[in-house]
Amino acid sequence: MRFYLRELAHARAGDKGDTCNIGVIAYQSSFYDLILKQVTPERVKEHFKSLVKGEIRRYELPKVHAINLVMENALGGGVTRSLSLDPHGKSYSALLLSLPIDVDDANAQVLLQQGRKPLVG
Amino acid sequence: MAERGALDYLVFETLAERTVALANVEKLKNPLLGYNAMMEDRFTACLKFCSDQGIKVLTNMGAANPEAALKKTVQIIQGLNLKPTKVAAVIGDDVLVYCLAHLQDLKIMETGLPLSSLKGEIVSANAYLGADHMVEALENGAEIVITGRCADCSLFLAPMIHEFKWRQDDWNLLGQAQVCADMLECGANVSGGFFADPGYKDVPDLGNLGYPFIDIEASGRCVISKVEGTGGVISPAICAEQMIYEIHDPGHYITPDVVVDFTGVELKQLGPDCVEITGGQGKARPDQLKVSIGIKEGWIGEAEITYAGLGCLNRARLAEEVVRRRIDISGLKLQELRVDYIGLNSLHADASTLPQVEPYEVRVRFACRSADKINAQKLANEVETLVGKGPCASSLPRIQVREVLAIYSVLVPRADIKTHVVYEETR
Repeated sequence: MRFYLRELAHARAGDKGDTCNIGVIAYQSSFYDLILKQVTPERVKEHFKSLVKGEIRRYELPKVHAINLVMENALGGGVTRSLSLDPHGKSYSALLLSLPIDVDDANAQVLLQQGRKPLVG
Repeated sequence: MAERGALDYLVFETLAERTVALANVEKLKNPLLGYNAMMEDRFTACLKFCSDQGIKVLTNMGAANPEAALKKTVQIIQGLNLKPTKVAAVIGDDVLVYCLAHLQDLKIMETGLPLSSLKGEIVSANAYLGADHMVEALENGAEIVITGRCADCSLFLAPMIHEFKWRQDDWNLLGQAQVCADMLECGANVSGGFFADPGYKDVPDLGNLGYPFIDIEASGRCVISKVEGTGGVISPAICAEQMIYEIHDPGHYITPDVVVDFTGVELKQLGPDCVEITGGQGKARPDQLKVSIGIKEGWIGEAEITYAGLGCLNRARLAEEVVRRRIDISGLKLQELRVDYIGLNSLHADASTLPQVEPYEVRVRFACRSADKINAQKLANEVETLVGKGPCASSLPRIQVREVLAIYSVLVPRADIKTHVVYEETR
């Protein structure tokens, strides 16, 4: 079954110059493997379309079952010069959480029991 | 928190990346200003409790003018009739003169080009100082320490180094301390702020958010919590969000005091709103300090107008067409133009998920950057006149024109930055 990443993880975005980073933390450790396998720099780059013009690097923090995505040239030329209403990219965490994730049966059961809804179609 | 937190130290961390540059512009207009405008209110509200309970205060509210902030603080203390207090200010983060003398050899971190490649007036250059001079001030008996630009976490690290007599090259201990400081440096962002997502991450009594504090031991063992009876939440989940916020490589996070390794950090819930932080490590501090360069880089013009009801999206699109045509006819010189449809795509551009049905209302936003004020103003004016010459049935437009104060970073050898501490004692 497919679910939005939002059902599996929470996230917060930060800024430095024209670089945005998003910390993505699994709600429980059994979801971490799905995140490692599917929240790849390639998929994230595709998901963010024209917003991220540079490279995306991914770092792992396994003890808190989290990843950190570091996205270059992602803030419209930099926080202080950007024309965006969200020059810091703080809302980017919400965009990332709309990434669809294929979830195995065992974890899908967990999510359904929590009242989370799978994606249709 | 000052009243009921049973604190030893209270820290006010108030500077964002651009704040000091803006404060420098203010100081140029009036040499008595350039420190944080909220300082008087904040100190007036808390210094009585701090004085009575012996709580020491550290803050970067000195911004571009720690010396003026020091003098103001002395006045506030005298006005409140507090007991004699020793106040210190750390001077020397302002390295504008040095940077202007080294335009060719300082490389901009963002572009790799020399500082001389920037076009525009450089108005400020401030180094991110470490904890050293704050520790010195505390050793010399200061009860209030005011700085300008320093690394946010150094404000928290300084009292730990002072109290526990830590060696300033015990990198693993400093790394763990820095992880704990990192939890506090965004204030309520670790105690429920910027976290709530109803149905997913619920936060009790968000409107009465409590600020966080830590209890730390000489071994580096640390527990974070907040004052009882306040709103918000402290959990491993929010601590993890705050920990990763604004770091890049978690194994190599550079600060003036230590290079931090977050990868081994563990977060354990000990009780309600109470989390233990362990496992931070560190490596030797860098030989260079980061310096933020503030530069006037042209102007931004912005204008917004809302259409509502049937056909609103078509009218909004026509408005965009009209403004683009007017830009051509008038020959406006713009470096960049951006058109957003607020409600549809203003934050995520082409990565947005568009609704299946027409929205009831849509707000069109035009934003441009130009070298001079006139062109930015003209763009805003073109939007303003849509009410007379554009599509029907809109709101009145709102316009704003502002100067761009951009920030770039360079690295400067630590040895080239001369700092010292000044003191004043109230009677």
